[in-house]
Amino acid sequence: MDSIIQGFKEAFSLILNLDQELFAIILLSLKVSGTALIIASATGFPLGTLTGLKKFPGRGLIISLLNTFMGLPPVVVGLFLYLLLSRSGPLGFLVLLYSPVAMIIAQSVLAFPIVAALSHSAIIKVDPIIRQASRTLGAKPLQVTVAVVKEARYGIMSAVIAALGRAMAEVGAVLIVGGNIAGFTRVMTTTIALETDKGNFELALALGIILLMISFVINMVLYVIQKKGVVQAE
Amino acid sequence: MSLKLITSHIYKSYDGKPVLRDCSFSLEKSGTYVLMGPNGCGKSTFLRICALLEEPDRGEVNYFSGNALLKKNIELKRRVTLLLPRVGVFNTSSFKNVAYGLLIRGMRVKEVRDKVGSALEFVGLMHKKNQNALTLSSGETQRMGIARALVIEPEIIFLDEPTAFVDEENKEIIEDIILRLKKSGTSLVIITTHDRIQAEKLGDWLLLMKDGRILPP
Repeated sequence: MDSIIQGFKEAFSLILNLDQELFAIILLSLKVSGTALIIASATGFPLGTLTGLKKFPGRGLIISLLNTFMGLPPVVVGLFLYLLLSRSGPLGFLVLLYSPVAMIIAQSVLAFPIVAALSHSAIIKVDPIIRQASRTLGAKPLQVTVAVVKEARYGIMSAVIAALGRAMAEVGAVLIVGGNIAGFTRVMTTTIALETDKGNFELALALGIILLMISFVINMVLYVIQKKGVVQAE
Repeated sequence: MSLKLITSHIYKSYDGKPVLRDCSFSLEKSGTYVLMGPNGCGKSTFLRICALLEEPDRGEVNYFSGNALLKKNIELKRRVTLLLPRVGVFNTSSFKNVAYGLLIRGMRVKEVRDKVGSALEFVGLMHKKNQNALTLSSGETQRMGIARALVIEPEIIFLDEPTAFVDEENKEIIEDIILRLKKSGTSLVIITTHDRIQAEKLGDWLLLMKDGRILPP
């Protein structure tokens, strides 16, 4: 128990003293997860919108796959990406393994189905009367789509924030493809895993606290967004 | 030049069940037309087809400007509008709801502000302009819907059961709005109702509908 209390004390000291190593790790985590989120949103949101608004052959299969991939085990993603990016793999010539780019790809793969599936779900929940109403007012097809997406905005924002949460908390895939190289690919979650293994609980705890705080902020934002959507719909 | 609508021999079925049978109708004279008939007789379907929101299975819907037949493109669709029985409210303020039709036409913000203000004033909802439209009462929602339809200055406005889901007080307010609209003469108005008293109160021309057919006058 003493070691835990001591760990907490030293963790707060690292945070309060703006420890350089600690902040470099946090910064890299935010960069990797933020970029992955942008990529996942830029690809997942259009796909979710398309499957939510249009009926086309294979739509059901895409929706089922997206829902299945929402629960993708990160280590499996890490393994597949490792095989793809390793020197003997089909994409080995890109020399991306053990780089932040490989970590971004891994997190994008994990976040993409979340953005796509939850955006789809938000779009199909919009009352069909909205489409009709915008058409009666003279909206062109693209303007009808924009009207529906606007109505689904709270659900879509929730999708993006849920995906960010998934990316930030991810450890298995980035550990495999990033390699946890100090000062290069070391992010919060991989550092926590490593430092715990080494018995160096101070840094692990400090990062754990910060990760929890970020997760808390993300969830608070999600809660506020969802609450706002519900209040307005009541 | 004002719009003229001629529908001829319209047929429509849903899942093999006929809803409209041989409906012909001509809208040439100014005034307010009331299409009256029991629930489920096909009034709403007919209105959606007239407003170019649905295609008939058979028959033709043609709009004319003078003697010129108009193409059924977005320009024509923007000259008519339909108020649905369930208005379809956007999750935003009443003001932005009413402004929607103007904004998608690319109108300048100042002009939008003026026109939306006038429309909200016309239906007595100026004091609710900043309120989320989803929180309006059913009567207020219907009035907001009328303002949203009127603000785009349609040449023909179809009102599908505009008082179906409102209380007595709002029914009177909406009827008064329609009478003022009729008096202003800015739009041709076609209303569906199953209420004979309302039909006589609001209409210049009465059309009866039964079992998917428009009955001869």
